[in-house]
Amino acid sequence: MERTSRQRGDGYTNLALLTDGLRAEREQGITIDVAYRYFHTPRRKFIIADTPGHEQYTRNMVTGASTADLALILVDARKGVLEQSRRHAFIASLLRIPHLVVCVNKMDLVDYSEERFREICDEFGGWSSKLDVNDMTFIPISALHGDNVVDRSESMPWYQGPSLLYHLENVHVASDRNLVDARFPVQWVVRPMSDEHHDYRGYAGEVASGIFRVGDEVVILPSGRETRIAGIDTFDGELEEAFPPLSVTLRLEDDIDVSRGDMICRPGNRPSEAREVDAMVCWMSERPLHPSGRYRIKQTTRTVLAKLDSVRYRIDVNSLHRDEEADGLSLNEIGRLSLRLSAPLFLDEYRRNRATGSFILIDESTNDTVGAGMVL
Amino acid sequence: MTYEISHLRALESEGIHVIREVAAELQRGVLLFSGGKDSAVLLHLARKAFWPAALPFPVMHVDTGHNFPEVLEYRDRMVEEVGAELIVASVQDSIDKGRVVEETGPRASRNRLQSVTLLDAIEEHGFKAAFGGARRDEERARAKERILSFRDDFGQWDPKAQRPELWNLYNGFVKPGEHVRVFPLSNWTELDVWQYVREEEIPLPSIYMSHRREVFNRDGMLYAVSPFVELLDSESPFEESVRFRTVGDMSCTGAVRSEAATLEDVVTEIAATRITERGETRADDRVSEAAMEDRKKEGYF
Repeated sequence: MERTSRQRGDGYTNLALLTDGLRAEREQGITIDVAYRYFHTPRRKFIIADTPGHEQYTRNMVTGASTADLALILVDARKGVLEQSRRHAFIASLLRIPHLVVCVNKMDLVDYSEERFREICDEFGGWSSKLDVNDMTFIPISALHGDNVVDRSESMPWYQGPSLLYHLENVHVASDRNLVDARFPVQWVVRPMSDEHHDYRGYAGEVASGIFRVGDEVVILPSGRETRIAGIDTFDGELEEAFPPLSVTLRLEDDIDVSRGDMICRPGNRPSEAREVDAMVCWMSERPLHPSGRYRIKQTTRTVLAKLDSVRYRIDVNSLHRDEEADGLSLNEIGRLSLRLSAPLFLDEYRRNRATGSFILIDESTNDTVGAGMVL
Repeated sequence: MTYEISHLRALESEGIHVIREVAAELQRGVLLFSGGKDSAVLLHLARKAFWPAALPFPVMHVDTGHNFPEVLEYRDRMVEEVGAELIVASVQDSIDKGRVVEETGPRASRNRLQSVTLLDAIEEHGFKAAFGGARRDEERARAKERILSFRDDFGQWDPKAQRPELWNLYNGFVKPGEHVRVFPLSNWTELDVWQYVREEEIPLPSIYMSHRREVFNRDGMLYAVSPFVELLDSESPFEESVRFRTVGDMSCTGAVRSEAATLEDVVTEIAATRITERGETRADDRVSEAAMEDRKKEGYF
C-alpha cells in the first residue's frame, strides 16, 4: 500500500486503498461497492462489510447491512451529527441490524471534551428515538491516535465504557437469532437412488429459525400435510436437534410429497400464507420500478411472480419524511409497496424474522436483482 | 444448550447452502477442481451437501499441462474417492486447435491461456454454473466479487454491474450463453481453510507440506525447477526446505521456505503470517496492481 501510494503521488499512505479494490475506485478515489474484509482476534472472527457512504450508494449500504450483526457509524466530533450519519442509522434500523455503535471520532481535535461528546450523544439519541434500534452504544475515539480503539484512552478519563474492540469482541450476538419460530425452507430433495440407500428420501435445507428435534410434529406448506421428523441427517452423522444456521437434511415419518420451495414448520406456529404482501422496498436498479411491471420475487427458496398493486409512500432517507404522493421508486429510493403474488409465499414480519421476512425482486426481462424487500 | 456453533461450522453451513441453492436453480453445474486446498474444501462441502446421494454435477480440471505431478496423482485419487465424474479441459488442446498461442521465453506461462480453455469447456458442455474455490481475502478485486458472480455471453465479469446480493437470497437466473461463477468459500480466510482441513482431516497434495526440493530464485520468489521453466543466465538451482501455499502451474507458483511438516505446523505458520498466499507466491498476481481484476474480466477463475 505504501508502494502504491507513492506511485500515485499521494502525500501519505492512502488507507482507502485497503478497501478500494477495483481499478475504477482507485482512479476516482471513491468507494463504489461493498468490500468484504476479514480479521480475527483470539476471541472472535470478524467480517467487515465496508460500504460507501454517499446517498447514490444507498443500495450498497442496504446490501452490506442485510447480513450484518452490528453497524459501526463514524461521527466526526467537530462536525457533529450530519445528514449522512442519520441516513446510515436509518438504514441500519430498517435492515434490523441488532446492534448499533456510534463512534464519535477525532476526539483529539476537540480536546477530548466530554461536553462535546455528550452533546453529540444527545443529538443522535434524540433523533434516533424515531427509529427502531434495540441496542445503541456511543464510544468516543480517536482513530488516528488509537484512543479507545483497542485500549481505554488515558486522554479521556471521564469515559468509563469499553474500548471499541472490547465491545466488538463481547457484544452478545447469539441471542439475535430467532429460536422460537421453527421454519425450514426446503432447498433440495435428496434421493440417492443407489442400492445402499434405495428408499432414502430426505429434505435438505438451512434452518431459517427455531429449533427442530427428532420426533417433532411438523406441517408441510403449502400442502398442509402433517407428519413427524424421523431423523436429522448430516454427512457427519445424525443430530438430535437442528437450529439456525445449520444446513441439514430432514427425514419425515410419512411418505408425503414435498418439494423445493415448500416450508416445514410446526402445526401450532405457522408463517402467514400470503397472496399479497406489504413491504419496505429499496430499489436497486437504474431502471425505475414500473407501475405495471411484473417481477420475480424470491423469498427463502421460493420464487413466484409479483405485480405492483400500489406505492403507499416513498421515504426520504435523510428526513424520514413520507411522500404519499409518490407513484414509483428510482435507484436508491426506499418506499412502502403493496404487491400481488401469483402464488402464495410463507411469510413472517421482517422485524420478527430476518430469514423469512426478506425477499428480492428480479426483473423478468433483464434477470437483474432490482429490489430488496422487508415484509411489514 | 446455547445453540451456538463455531465459526467454521457457520462457514461450512453457508457453503453447503450456496451449493444446494445453485444446484437446485441452475440445472447444469460443474465444480472446478485444481487440486489446491480451496478446491479440496469445496469438493468436501459439495459431498456433504448431497450426502448420501452422489454429486449432481461433474468435476472439471483445467489442465495447463504444467502441473505438479503430486497434484495430478491427488486429483485422480480424490475424484475416485468421491465417485464423481471427471472432465479434463486441456490447455494443450486449445493450443493445438489454434485457439490460443503459447507464450515463449523464460517467463512464459500458460496461466492466462487457461481462461480461454475454461470458457470453451463451459460453452461446449453448456454449463450454467461453475463452482470455484476463490475467497474474498485472497485479492482485492475478489473482495468485491459476489458469491454468485454473473458472466455474460463472452464469459466476462463486469465489476461495475454486479447484481446486488442480499441476505442469503441468490439470483441464479441466466439467459442462454451466460453463466454464473459460484464461490461458496467467499467468506473463508486462508486460516479458516487450514483449520477446517485439520478439523475434517481432508487429504491434500503433499506439496503443501515442507519437503526438500530443487528451486531457483526469481524476483525474490522461489520456483521449483521443472521442465516447464527455462532458467535465466543469472539463475542457479539449489536445494531448500520448502512448501507451497497455493497450487497453480509449476511456471508461476512460488514456494516458501518452511519447516512446517504437519497440518499443525502449517496452521501455526499461517496464523502468524501477514502476507496473503497469492501476494507471496503467485507471479500471475504481480503483473500489475489490477492483474487479477483484468484477468477476471476476461473470464479467469
